[in-house]
Amino acid sequence: MSKIGRSGDPGMPPELNARLCELQGKSRSPSREDVAEVVGEMLHSLEGDLSEINLKVYAELEGLAKYILSAKREIAALRPDDITSEHLPKATDELDAIVGSTEEATNGILQAMELLESLTDKMPAEVAEQVTNAVTQVYESCNFQDITGQRITKVVKTLKHIEERVEKLVAAFGDEIQRYRESQPREEPQKSSDERLLNGPQLPDDAGKQADIDALLASFD
Amino acid sequence: MSVDMNMNILIVDDYKTMLRIIRNLLKQLGFNNVDEATDGSMALQKLRDKDYGLVISDWNMEPMTGIQLLREVRADSKLKNLPFIMITAESKTENVVAAKEAGVNNYIVKPFNAATLKTKLSSVLGNF
Repeated sequence: MSKIGRSGDPGMPPELNARLCELQGKSRSPSREDVAEVVGEMLHSLEGDLSEINLKVYAELEGLAKYILSAKREIAALRPDDITSEHLPKATDELDAIVGSTEEATNGILQAMELLESLTDKMPAEVAEQVTNAVTQVYESCNFQDITGQRITKVVKTLKHIEERVEKLVAAFGDEIQRYRESQPREEPQKSSDERLLNGPQLPDDAGKQADIDALLASFD
Repeated sequence: MSVDMNMNILIVDDYKTMLRIIRNLLKQLGFNNVDEATDGSMALQKLRDKDYGLVISDWNMEPMTGIQLLREVRADSKLKNLPFIMITAESKTENVVAAKEAGVNNYIVKPFNAATLKTKLSSVLGNF
């Protein structure tokens, strides 16, 4: 018979017994790595009349545990918490900025067209008709703002959906990702000094105003 | 019967630029009494507060969509016969069928042009 049993069993190898007692004493649930480690130790401690089939099953389980550990490390290395804390919010902000800037530009175009249209009373009839037709074409073309706005809104909704899923993944990993982050500090990609200056266009709240830039330039004089 | 060019028209869209475009195109066609709402519930309130001869509404708005507005209008004894044109980027057959079943008078797909708007208005209101 095998010697698998509860921790504290007299027939259990002392090292494994100590390991299980240590896990039982932890206030939080043991991590998957702890469990995988103990399962590995148990498999190595097995002795007695184990059938060949049982041994194969145990070997498969051990392989599976190693595979899960490896996959977890790879997923942790992807830094999924960065996706929710940095990349997705940044992408969403950029898309919101597109909607805002196209709306502002469209309003500017419409305002100019309305002014032009109001002047047609002062134009010769033939010219006024041509101007009105041109203005109408501009109105029609400005449809784009509504369409692009709706499309971007759909993309933002999709990003938020992805964000929710990744957040669930991060939550499922518990503090393992944080531990990985601490043990494997990220290496920032090497950029030339010129490349480090390529970050624009800035979002409206981060963008420098012309007056500020003029003041900065003046400070060099 | 001639079209009352002084009728009140309510345009409903959550994009202010679109409201502005439709208003300007209506003005070019001779309709100057145009009010705006940015969703169905605001539109419904305006429709109950003032007499309108036509509603031109977007579909995709929050909290009340265009199709919900249409159903509310058709369910209201005072508003049920009000001409209603849907003007939307929702172009699937199922959308058009749903709108028709809800009682829409005509349907314009965005992006649209001035000629289409005039044709649809004539179809609903009569030639002008």
